[in-house]
Order: sequence, then C-alpha cells, then structure tokens
Amino acid sequence: MRKTIWSMCGMCTVRCPIRVEVEDNKVKWIEGNPHLLNRALCGKGAAGPALVADGERPRQPLIRSGPRGSGRWDEVSWDTAYDYIAEKLHAICKEHGPESVMMSFRGGPFGDMIKAFIHGLGSPNFTNHDSTCGRNVHHASLSLYGLGRTDLIYDIKNSKHLVLFGRNILASLRVAEVNQVLDMLDNGGRLTYVDVRPTLTGVKASRFFRVRPGTDYALALATIHELIKAEAYDKEFIERFTSGFDQLVEFIKPYDSKWAAKECGIKQNHIMEFVQELAEDRPKVIFHPGWMLSRYSDSFYASRALHVLNILMGNLEVEGGQIIPKGPGDFGYKGLQSLDAQIPKPTQKRGDGVGWKHLHFDKGPGLFHLFYETMVTKDPYPIKGVICYRHDPLTCFPDPEAQKKALDNTDLLVSIDAHYSEFGWYSDVILPECTYLERDSMIAAQKGPKPRLIVRRKAVDPVFDTKPVWEILKNLADRLNFGQYFPYNTIEELWEWQLKNTDFSIEDFAEKGFIPLGDKPFLIERDKLASKIKTESGKIELVSKKLSDANLPSLKPYESPQAPPEGQFRLIFGRSPLHSHSHTINNPILHEMMPENTLWINKRIAAKLGVSEGEYVDVSSKDYGGPIKARISEQLHPEAVYMVHGFGREIPLQTRSFNAGLSDQKLMSGLLDKMDPAGGGLCLCECFVTVKRSTKNPKRRVEL
Amino acid sequence: MNKYIIRLNTKRCIGCHACEIHCKTNKELPPGPILCEIRHEPLRMVKGFPKTITHFKSCHHCEDPLCIPVCPTESMKKRDDGIVYIDEEKCIGCMSCADICPWDSPQFNPETKKAVKCDYCMDRLDNGLKPACVTLCTAHALQLFTLQAV
Repeated sequence: MRKTIWSMCGMCTVRCPIRVEVEDNKVKWIEGNPHLLNRALCGKGAAGPALVADGERPRQPLIRSGPRGSGRWDEVSWDTAYDYIAEKLHAICKEHGPESVMMSFRGGPFGDMIKAFIHGLGSPNFTNHDSTCGRNVHHASLSLYGLGRTDLIYDIKNSKHLVLFGRNILASLRVAEVNQVLDMLDNGGRLTYVDVRPTLTGVKASRFFRVRPGTDYALALATIHELIKAEAYDKEFIERFTSGFDQLVEFIKPYDSKWAAKECGIKQNHIMEFVQELAEDRPKVIFHPGWMLSRYSDSFYASRALHVLNILMGNLEVEGGQIIPKGPGDFGYKGLQSLDAQIPKPTQKRGDGVGWKHLHFDKGPGLFHLFYETMVTKDPYPIKGVICYRHDPLTCFPDPEAQKKALDNTDLLVSIDAHYSEFGWYSDVILPECTYLERDSMIAAQKGPKPRLIVRRKAVDPVFDTKPVWEILKNLADRLNFGQYFPYNTIEELWEWQLKNTDFSIEDFAEKGFIPLGDKPFLIERDKLASKIKTESGKIELVSKKLSDANLPSLKPYESPQAPPEGQFRLIFGRSPLHSHSHTINNPILHEMMPENTLWINKRIAAKLGVSEGEYVDVSSKDYGGPIKARISEQLHPEAVYMVHGFGREIPLQTRSFNAGLSDQKLMSGLLDKMDPAGGGLCLCECFVTVKRSTKNPKRRVEL
Repeated sequence: MNKYIIRLNTKRCIGCHACEIHCKTNKELPPGPILCEIRHEPLRMVKGFPKTITHFKSCHHCEDPLCIPVCPTESMKKRDDGIVYIDEEKCIGCMSCADICPWDSPQFNPETKKAVKCDYCMDRLDNGLKPACVTLCTAHALQLFTLQAV
C-alpha cells in the first residue's frame, strides 16, 4: 500500500515543497506539491532517490586517524563521536572561551536550531556561506531600505518587464519562479537579459545585452541617467519616500548611454530603446538586484544601482513589482516558538569583526571568510573549533589551500553533512546526517504574499547509520551541559514545543503538506508604506547614512574593469540546471547527465589557440591548474572563459566525481582576501587564468 | 491508430532535462538507459539573440513497429491504444529490438539485463494519470494529447 508523505526537497537550497509516495520503505514517486507547484519538479529533485541509494556517502561517524586530509578514518559509534567532540569542545572552551568556536550553516529556513546550538555553547560566532553568494545584494538592500535581501520578493508573474543582470533565472532555477517567468512571457511580458555569455535564459529574452565582463554597473548607471533625463520615473514616489535624490542626479551626470555603450560593448540605440520600454512598462518593471553577486569589485554598487532602478520605477508594493513578504503576524496568527530566542545572546565581540570593527555589515551571520584571518592573527581571540553544518567552505570559498593553512591553527574541525565534502575530508570528525528523504526537520515559518508553516518529513528510514541534525545537536548539547535549550527528546516533542503558542498541531500539515496562514494576499497602501522602510531616517536612503558613517561612498564613481593580461582570461563561473554546486556532482543519475564541466571559450579565441570543440585545454592560475575539455561558444565575451562551479573534486571515495572536470575555486589564488569593503562579498570573478591547448590531446598512438 | 501523443511546448521548455530524470526515477532505472530525451543544438546567435530549438524525443510508438516482429520471445507488444511496450517477464535481453529500431528507442537495462523502453507510463495512464515526464516537467512544457479520429 502506497502512502503519501508531504515534505520539502533537499537537493538544492530552494527547498521546493514535495509530495512523496512510499511503498515498503522505498520512494516510488516524488512530485512538486500539487497545491503549490502543480506537481512540477526539477531534474535535481528527481534524482533524490538515487542519493538515498548511493553508498558513496558517509555511512557512520568517522574520526580521523591520519593527518588532516589523508583520508584515513576510524569508523566509530555515535556515542564515541559525540564524546570525542564534547571533550574537545570542553577543552577549547576552558582554555580559550566558548567564543573560540564558530559554526557555519549553509542557510535556509531551518537555521533556528543551528543558531541555538552555537549561542547555547556561549559563542556569538554563527556564520554562513553568504559572502560568496548574496551578501552584496543583502547589504545593498539594507543600505537603501533598511530591509534585507529576503525582505523583498518579486511579483514576476504579473510584471510587464523583468530585467536580469547576469541572473540566469531559468538555469539556476527555482521551480515556482521559473513558472512565474514563463507565465509572464506567455502573457506578453518582456525579458531583458544582460550577461557575458548566451544562456537558456537569454534564449527567452526579448532584449539581450552581451556585455564586457565587469561592466554591469556601467549599464545600470546609464539606465539611471537616461531615465532621469527623460523624466521617466515615479516622481511622487521619489519625493515621498526617498532622500538623496539631488545627489543622485548630480552624480549620474557623466554616465550617459553613449558612454555606457562604449564601456559595455553594446549599441547606444539599444540602451535608448530599453529605456523607452521601461518608461512604457513602469511601475510593473522588476530589476532583479542579483542573487549570487560576489563577483566583481563593484558588484555591491552594481546591485545598489539595480535597487535604485527599482526605486525609480516606484515598484514597491505594486502588483507586478517588488512585494514586502508578509509573516504570520500580518494575518493575525501567532508565530512559532524559537529555540534561539530563549537563549541569552552571547555578548563577546564577534570573531570576524562584524558589529565592532565592521559596523556597516549585518551582524546576523557575519562574514565567514573573515574568520580565516582571525585564525591566523588570533585577534581578538583565537578560533579553535569550526563546525560546518551542510556547508563545504573549501568548495564554497576561493583558494582552498589558503583556507587549509588557516584551518591548521584550529584544534577541532567537524563536518555535519549527508555528503562527503572537501571540508569534511579535511576535518577531524564527520557526523553523517541522513539525506533529506530520510529525516524530519523542525517546523519553519515561510514569509511571502501568503505566509505558511512548512516542515520536512521523513519519507523512508535511513539506509545507513546516519542521524538527523535535530538529534545530533541535542546529543551534543546534553554532553556540553546546555541540553536545557533543546527541550525535547523526540521530533514530535520539538514540534509540539514550537507550535505551543499557535492553534495548530503537526496533524494540520497532513492535508496539504503546509499550513496556510492567510489566503488573500494584500498590498500595503502607499499611505502606510513609510512605516515599512527600516532605515534610521525612515526614508529610502539613496545616500546611506550607514555607509557615510563608515567613510564609504553610496554613489561610487565607475572604474573600468581591468582587461586580462595577454594570454589570460577572466574566469567566470555559474550553474547548470542539473547540479547544485558541489553536492550533487557525485549523484549517480546527475553524474550521468553531466559528468564533468567544460571550459567555454570564445570561438575566435579558440581558433587562435588552435582548440576545437571537445579537445583538452590546460587552465592554470598561480597555484593550481589542470586539463579540461573545451566548449566553443559563439558569443561568450572574448575576455572571459566560463565553467560550471562544483567540479574538480578530490575525494577518492566519491568515485564518479573524483577529479572529474576542473574546480573554479582552486584556480582563484589569492581571492580569499579580496572582499568588497562596502558589500562584504568576495570578488570571485576578479580572477585571471592562462589557457593553452593541452598536450593531453593525442596526436598519435604508438602502443602496440 | 495511436491514441496518445506527447508534445513539447518549446516556448516554455527551458532545456533543463528534468523529464529524462523523472522518467528514470519513475522506472527505477540505473545509469545507462535514457528513455526520453531533450535535444538541442548549441546556442547560436541570430540577430543578436542566443537561439536554439529544443526537441523532445521518446519512443514513436510506430503504427507498424519494426521491433515487434523481430522479437524472438514475442515480448514486444502493441496495445489497442497504440502503446508499444515490453512484457518484461518474457524479455531475454537479446536487444534485437534495439538493433532494428531506427531511433534507438529500446535500451538495455544493465540491472535487469533486459530491454526497457518508453511505454508512455501506461500503468499511470490506466489509472487516469499522465506520464511521469509530462506530470513533473519543471516548466509545464510537456503536454499529453489524446487523439481523436475526425
């Protein structure tokens, strides 16, 4: 007899709601939640059962027996692993204080427990991967609205014009969002796409700007210039809700379309036509402010300029524009009890300097990469313990060799993950989590036009001796004497505790897989909109006080990106719809679909290098290099080469992904220190590589 | 006459290949056989826009299938609604069907050592459901049509 399990996908960090059919403890069918996704699910989501069946993942706790990274492990029991970690953490806390322990989390709705664990231990050092992802976008948003990146969502379906600067929305995909974009296009909406290479998102675009790498900011500035010149912006909105417009007008003067056309390598009349379209389509125009925008040294300002364009459109709380997501409270519902909220906030300075040395950054998760510096300098205190939950910093951050040098100053590295990660492989202990289909999660509240409560439910029993994180952290907390902050023994008890103030019980998820908290979306009236702007001044600050206080410009003059030196190319990376960064590369089915990455090379450049499609090229930077197959692209910008992130893994137990393709982050020598001082994001596209035809291409074969 | 046809709305297809994996997962196939495919040419620039055309390919369920007469065990069969399918019990994995098929529709399943092919998920159709690829398509680009004689 088949039973239905409502759950959440875990193949990437979008966490689409899913419905799973199970028979005899086997997954027989997975589909997108029919109430929310009309059953649609992406290819990664479809490969979930292959992950469960795959034996090439940690199957029981492992404690390192050789040097770090040697791959020699002792298979131990859970109790032994818990005791080992607790003993080490006790010793670190005793000698250096609990602040010497940091914990990183890959992000997502179930972070409450992770924060609770590190705060319960007495350390302020909760962090995440975001300085290689959306931090610039987040800080740009904060500097204007006082609202973070996730405090604004986009009503793409009802918009007339979606503008994407490098946001490859149909490949780095979220199922619901993809369908919103396609519905918008079906309804006759326009899509403007800006990128250094043609993509499948570009295929659907009504306007495509193939720009020179690193010039997004120039195009955004010129668009601002021409919109203001043509007076094609929402004057009433600017007057009422913003400050600093006069300074913007003064600043923007030199950046006209003629200048930008030259800088970006596009046609001036195309920019002017684009501006004309914006004038027609506003306010139902959305400038996507970027997703993964830890790219160039001016990405923060590029994102800020895209936000400014939204503001000029006057699209805030407008149908087809930007929407402020609503929470349970907006619909009169009580929220969940939070584990983290019951714990006194540790008062020590953060180890990454955020909140005292760097005052303009969001204190929440701080900036992971700055801890590396602290590990070396021991200022303000040493970092001795690093716990990463579902996060692989050695793949996520640039220059893993530099990271390992810093990590060598620590006494304990713990990886809690369903996969072997490069970090896990270098760690002292691997605690294997069960896969998302084998575990329950705590309940989370999801804000949106229609907020809801969501939960992940175990579909099948774990195949191996793996455990869910709620159990792992509870066991560690008990051993470290703060088990009182984890007031449960079973997941049912945790759910009950979380729901205590609400009128709901876990059974209420049974009907649709989620609990809707408000069915009728509403827009905040203009008269009440001012109260939603959370800057100190209560205005949208085109010139930000926070940035000025930190001696940083809000309107930064444009600097042209450096052209690559002779024989070198700017390394651009991105995603494929078939892989979620590094953690799906070894999935048997996804590996079959895309076993390795390739290096995209401009057609003209490839001819010059004497390379044809499918031949090997050698790519190298200062400290790393290797062969990779070439893919010839007609319209990739000649200054750039491109590859999909996540490949080039070196974990021997992952036989499929072992040394398959090439790693972009290992090519990024020296980039660990290259942070955007205003946005906090790393500048991962500020990397030049040498490309040559490889000697690996066989010329003749003399073997008998 | 064939009763069913699967059509790809290329305006919505995003080339994510999810249909191929949904098919494999539903049929519990190991790496190797791929029963339906999205094919597209590399992106080319046409008047300043990247362009490609995506095609969906699965078994054509031929009116007069070549694979049926060559099957030595009579395990390849055609239903009244036109669906060509393999009776797995009888199949010996000789792959004569694959040799004769111009489109490589039957494929070898290394786990069962038998042939496997697209059968429009006939178990699902018979239960009033749609094939896995159509039901689960990321972009709702695949559609199942029931043909009627006119």
